[in-house]
This record gives sequence, C-alpha cells and structure tokens, in this order.
Amino acid sequence: MITRFVCNGQPVEVETPPMTRLLDVLREELRLTGSKEGCGEGECGACTVRIDGVPVMSCLVPVAQVAGCNVQTIEGLAGALVHPVQAAMLEHGGAQCGICTPGLCMSAAALLEENPHPSVEQVRVALAGNLCRCTGYQKVIEAVSHALVDTGE
Amino acid sequence: MYGAPLTKLWNADPARPGRVCYPPPQMSIGSSPPRRDGLSKLTGRALYADDLRPHRCLYGATVRSARAHARIVSIERDPAFDWTGVTVATAADLPGPNVVTLMTDDQPILADGVVRHAEEPIALVAAPTRERALAAVRAVRVTYEDLPALLDPLEAEGSPVQIFGNDNVFKRIHLVHGEPSRVTGYLIRGRYRTGLQEQLYIEPQSMIAAPRPDGGVTVTGSMQCPYYVDRAVKRMLGHDRVNVVQSVTGGGFGGKEEYPSMLACHAVLLSRLTGLPVKITYRRDEDLRATTKRHPAVIDLSTLVSPQGELLELHARIWMDGGAYHTLSTVVLSRAVLHAGGPYRCPHVNILGTVVATNTPPNGAFRGFGAPQAQWAMERHLDRIARVLGMDPLAVRRANLYREGDVTATGQTLHDPGAFAVLDAAEAAAKAPFRRKTLRPGVTGASMKAGRGVALAWHGCGFTGNGEAKIRGKVGLEVHGNELLVLSSSTDIGQGTETIFPMIVGDTLGIAQDRVTVAQPDTGRVPDSGPTVASRTAMVVGGTCFKAATELRAKLEAKVGPGSFDEQLLRWRNLGLADPTHESTYEVDASVVWDPDTYQGDAYPTFGWSCVIVDLRVDEDTGEVLYDRVVTATDVGRALAPVLTSGQIEGGTLQALGWATAEEVVLGANGAMRNDRLTNYIIPTALDAPEMVTCLVEIPFAGGPFGAKGIGEIPMDAPAAAVAQAIEQAVGIVLDSLPMTPERVLAAMGAR
Repeated sequence: MITRFVCNGQPVEVETPPMTRLLDVLREELRLTGSKEGCGEGECGACTVRIDGVPVMSCLVPVAQVAGCNVQTIEGLAGALVHPVQAAMLEHGGAQCGICTPGLCMSAAALLEENPHPSVEQVRVALAGNLCRCTGYQKVIEAVSHALVDTGE
Repeated sequence: MYGAPLTKLWNADPARPGRVCYPPPQMSIGSSPPRRDGLSKLTGRALYADDLRPHRCLYGATVRSARAHARIVSIERDPAFDWTGVTVATAADLPGPNVVTLMTDDQPILADGVVRHAEEPIALVAAPTRERALAAVRAVRVTYEDLPALLDPLEAEGSPVQIFGNDNVFKRIHLVHGEPSRVTGYLIRGRYRTGLQEQLYIEPQSMIAAPRPDGGVTVTGSMQCPYYVDRAVKRMLGHDRVNVVQSVTGGGFGGKEEYPSMLACHAVLLSRLTGLPVKITYRRDEDLRATTKRHPAVIDLSTLVSPQGELLELHARIWMDGGAYHTLSTVVLSRAVLHAGGPYRCPHVNILGTVVATNTPPNGAFRGFGAPQAQWAMERHLDRIARVLGMDPLAVRRANLYREGDVTATGQTLHDPGAFAVLDAAEAAAKAPFRRKTLRPGVTGASMKAGRGVALAWHGCGFTGNGEAKIRGKVGLEVHGNELLVLSSSTDIGQGTETIFPMIVGDTLGIAQDRVTVAQPDTGRVPDSGPTVASRTAMVVGGTCFKAATELRAKLEAKVGPGSFDEQLLRWRNLGLADPTHESTYEVDASVVWDPDTYQGDAYPTFGWSCVIVDLRVDEDTGEVLYDRVVTATDVGRALAPVLTSGQIEGGTLQALGWATAEEVVLGANGAMRNDRLTNYIIPTALDAPEMVTCLVEIPFAGGPFGAKGIGEIPMDAPAAAVAQAIEQAVGIVLDSLPMTPERVLAAMGAR
C-alpha cells in the first residue's frame, strides 16, 4: 500500500504493508534514525515523534494512520538550526548517553508550545512517558524549565 | 604533586534550593563546557549500532534454551519452513574453542550438548530481514532431556546438581582482621537480602560484524570494553585480523562490560559463515531475559557493640548468586567483601563471602559491583543497633565513622577520609526547605506519612589491589598540525569521557581544551587503556592522559628547550621533525601494597565517600513510596566538569531508588526473568524522581588527575538504605529485604 504524508516539511510517499510501524518506516525507508527503539511497546518513549503537533510513540502507530498527516521527527525539530530545548539540554547537561534524548526533546518541545510557562510538576508529567536511565531527570527538568526563558517569552 | 590536601566544600546554595553550586573555573578543569557529543545526540545525528546498516547486511537472531538444565537431544529445522537465504549456526560451526574469553573458560559461545540456564544461546540464524530471522528462530526445534535444576543459591554448596566444579562454588573469600571473638559487648544479629536488578540501558545490546578485504573482520557495536571483545573474537577465530570499534553507546551501567563479547562472537560466526555483514540487535524482552543482572545477595551480620553503639566486632557471612557461568562473579564478591563493613571503624572483623552457581542466567557487572549489596546490609544493621540500644540512627553512625588515620579491615591506613565531610555537607544542605511534590491524580494525601532517612557509604576507586599493575593501561597522544588526538580504549557511554580527556590534556599542556579531541575507540588504532569499569576512567585513564601530556612536554623540552607548548612545537617543526606522538602507561604508586591471598594491604588507591538524606512519603493505603527530595553529598576528589560529575551522581541515585522500591525481577519456574517487559519491570519516570540536591565535596586525591577520584559507582551505594530508614520513620515498619515494592510495604504494614 502507498501512504502519503508530510515528514519534516517534505511530502513523502512510502510503499509498505499498511500495518508497518511508523518507526520502521522512518528508520528503514526514510533513513531517519534519530527516533530510537528502546522497547517496541510504547513504554520507553525513545521513538517519540510528533503527528500534527502531538507527541506519540511511533512504535505503536501503523503507517496507514499517518496518511495525510504532518510527521515531525527529531531531525526536523529545528531543521538546520537548534531548537531552544536542544540548546538548553546542551547547556544544562540534560543528555548523557543520548539514546532517550531525541524522544525527550520531542515531548519537551510539544509541552512548551502548548504551555510556555510550565511548572516543574507539569514538566514532570509531560516527560513521564520518556524513560531515561542516565540523568535521574534532574538536569533534563532544569533544562526544560529554562528553555522557556530562552524562547524570548 | 597537588600541594597539601585541602578540603573544600561546594554546598548547595541555600538561597536556591535544588541548585548545584559549582566551584569557580580554573582553566578548563572545574568548568562545564558542553559535552562533545551533545549536539549530535540532541539532533538525532549520532549513530548507534542499530542505526548503522552496512551494504547487504543480514540480520542475526538467537535460538535460546527454554529449560534451566537439560541435555540437548537434537536441534532440527522445521521442514515446513522456507529456509532459502537463511543460515543456521550451531556449536559445530565454531572455528575455534567454544569459550567466551573472560576470566574463567566455563561459558560456551553456543551450548554444546547441555544447557545450564534458560535463555542460553543454542543456535544462531542469519536472514535478509529481521522478520525472516525471527521466523527462522521459531522454526528451529530443540529437543531436550531435562536434568535436575538448581535454582536456590543457598542450596548450591551441597547440591547433587553439579554446575561448576564439584561444589558449585565460584569463589570463597575469607577476610579476618584483628582478633575476632576476644571481646564482649551486646550481640546483635540480622539477615539482609537484595534482589536482582537489570541495568536497563535504554539502547538494547547491538553488534555488527563485517568482513574485511584481508579476510579479517571488523566488529562494531554497543560496548564498554573494546579489548574484551577483541580478545574474545581473536581467540574464537584463531587469528589476529580483527578490529573492534565502539559505536555511540546508549548506556551500559556494567551491562555492556562482559556481555558484548558473547554477542560479538555470535555476529562474527554468522558473518564468517555467510561472508556478509551481520547485525544482531536484541529486542527488549530478549535483552531482559538473557543478559546479566546485579547479583542477588543474602547477608548475615552479627556484631558486638558497646553501650554507646561503637562497633567492637563484626562477623559477616555473604552469599551471592552468580548464575550458571562465572562471568565476573569472583570480582563482584571481592568488592562486596571489601565494602562489607561500610565506612565504619571496627577493630575485629571476620568476613566470609561465597558466590555460587545456579541454573539461572549468569549475573554480571552492574554499577557498584557488589558494594551496594554489602552496604545495604551494613546500613540496615546499624539501624538495628540503634533500635536495640534506643539510639538515634545517625548517632550510631557518628560513633563509628572512619576518622583520619583509622585502619580498615584489610589493614589499610586511611588518609583524609571524607565521611564526616560528606555528612556535614548533606546535613547543611538538608536544612533548606523543599516543596513537597504535588500528589498524583487520585491520591488524596490523607493517607500519606512523611519520613526522613540518612545513610552513608564509601567506595573504593579503580581496580582492587594490584589490578591496575596487571592491566598497565595505556594512552596515546598524537599531534596533528594545531590539534591533538587522544588515543584510548576508554569508551564514552554517557558519562563524558570524550569531554573530560581533552580538558585534562589541554590544561596539562597549557592550551585550550577544544584543540584536543578523542579518537573513536577502535582496537586497530588505539592502545588498551583497560576496561571502562570500576570508577576508573576519570581517575586512572584520566591520570594516564595527564601523564602522557606531561611526558610529551618533557620530550619536546629535551629537544628544543623550555617555552610554551606552542613555542616548543614551532621549534620542533623548525628542526624538520615530524609531528610528535607519545604513549604512556599507567604506573601504580609503589607505596600501594596488596596481598591477594590474605586480603590484607591497600585494597584501593583511595576511597570516595557519600552521604544521602532522603525525604519521602508512604501511602498507607497502597504501600507506595513517593520521593520528595534526595540530598546527596559526595566526595569526588575534584569535580573535573561539575555538570558531568553531578549528572553521574543524580543518575546513579535514581537507579538506586529504583532498586530500592520499584525494580523487581520475577523468575519463572525455569529460572529466567518472567516480567520481561517495561510494562512490568518498572524503572523510575520523571514523575517518580525526587527533587535532587547534589553537593560535590572535594578532598583531592594526589594520585588522580587534578585531584579527581572515581565517582561512577558510589551513587548506587547509600540511597536504598536511607529509603528503608525513612520508611521506618514514616510508618514504623522494618524492611530488611530489597526491593521494598508497594506490595511488600503494604504486607509489612498489615503485620504491624
């Protein structure tokens, strides 16, 4: 089956069985390997992308469901630039091994667009679907809390 | 070398609770430049093993044992399956010895005739797609003849089931100091237990083997120790045309210390049979069931104490379950024995440790390496002493903490022990008020009881005893034009090696750190710096970076005289000489003396010290523990890059809280992990994590670069015991077994 959608601003067309996981389409067909597979069952959040702005775990989404949608991956979060979340994560030490980092950035960016002034608890809730084993989340939360300042609010 | 030792405290700023206060920068050491690999990781450009796809790469998968202990009667291919394009490998296809080379030659690469634990690899398949490979695994039929299985480690020594040697004992270590049984006092006994824990790196194990034009093989993958893999593959192949490359690695925590050697042997075998590149990436459930875990332990302690709570005599009996093969169990037990007394003085000590074999998947390296288990027991025991004597738990600790000049159970005299410094720093920081975490939806708060707990720990930095003298780790430096390249097999698995080595080299040479970069670890290119383990990378390999830079300067100076590094380099080039290179070997301080037979001497070149204060609430309705704040104070020697240093401590602290109250490995009847998914093996999320206040205490170690000590593992040691004490204070229950899951907390409250 041919599925057409917009990925990181570019129209794409892929020919796969309709139940192929979006994650596999991104990684294998489109060679966008920034979305990672940590568990394959929607628990770890390393494969988080945004579909029409909403953060979702791409390992749970059959590609047929994104027909006509806007899909944004970590590679398209800021294009050639650096998103304020990425800059803040770099400055505050929010990334260590980095495998969960793209997913965390996608969830954090979605939060800040919706709510530029989240409380620490709101940050924790927004990131609760992204498992990180390196940081204890302390510096990730610091980074996301400071990223809103850097957006020029 | 670094002047007189001095104690500097960098406490949390009381005006801004929750923030770390960093020492002022001095050149680059002590500052926190953005990590070198940060941008590529943040933008998704960093390539991890599973992101690599060599041309014509096949996918490998593993046929595993369903039984705990059985004879393999037959391995057959289902005739109904289409085997076109699929390659199957068994032990019969191995070109060399069927051994995963590590410490003891007991673990086969593929089971040959008998399986000794569930999930043991029996056969391998390679196919053009992952789906075909997984389907082929299901089409391989293994017939077994069951043998009696030994699953309980406490029954191992006298069991008729023989797994290792004739008594199933991998190692026994007996440490005696002073004259035990010569004093009198209050006798207090207790039994303490810890469970299995999964490292749970978020990137599953992954490895690629690709044929080289010269008939050799390049192995690329997720790993901590490229030279372990290098030695294992070379021995299996019987030739040296092998190089091993570390790809960007998504966490290790010990789980990628020894296991990748087996995975690499598997990928190389399939590549050899097919003549094509082969990639094996584990699915999460397979990774959880098959790979190593933290050793579970049962520890009996009995002590004689004075009426004031001073330890007079300590007897410890430690049992650990190593699983079916030896892996690193001997060394894990050694660290447990050496840390069994905790950071406390005791004149008469008798510690006997045993690690045994069972028909369960092998346990292996995990951050802390035996020390967290031992110190959980000792800290809980001190709480028991406090209970019996009617003392404050902290007062018991104060009465016994190591002081300057004290002698440890191995006879090592301590200089500048940081026990009181970290306690004072943590207590000062814990005075600051904190905001209670908002309760979760559905939790009313009416049933919540608050408690605070405090625990301390010490951790030996680097290898035990004469380990470093045996390894003789090397670091190379190459000048290329205006830039320098550091050659080392130490891997950056998230902790920041790529960032701190250039800082050490740059500061030592007196040049900007950004002119120095670290080469990708490739055993065909970099020397063996020793493994990335044991809290040794910053202190020992970083120390070798310092030595290499110092010796490079001396080499230039001998030829062209004094001056700045750049002036010397210019004069060197004016002589028509090629860009200089230098390789240095780590040298152990001659004053460090260790006797591995009597377990007496200097167990470690130095120790790190930590104090943890936990504030939590227990939900009396559900037994759930909610963490509000955790204050840690850790003696790090010198924080080379404080953001990285505190990041290590915070991550390790949460991993320890997971071990304390969330993470439970449930074994099935065949001894393999039954809760093999992230839906039922629970690790902490951002909602579960407490606010963390991280105090870096700096008591410089003269043998470490710029005073740095190893800090990777110590955050794992103290938190669980602080949690148990806080739960005890909150709801009056005494828990001496880990994990303290809601079910167990609830059951204990029901029994009050």
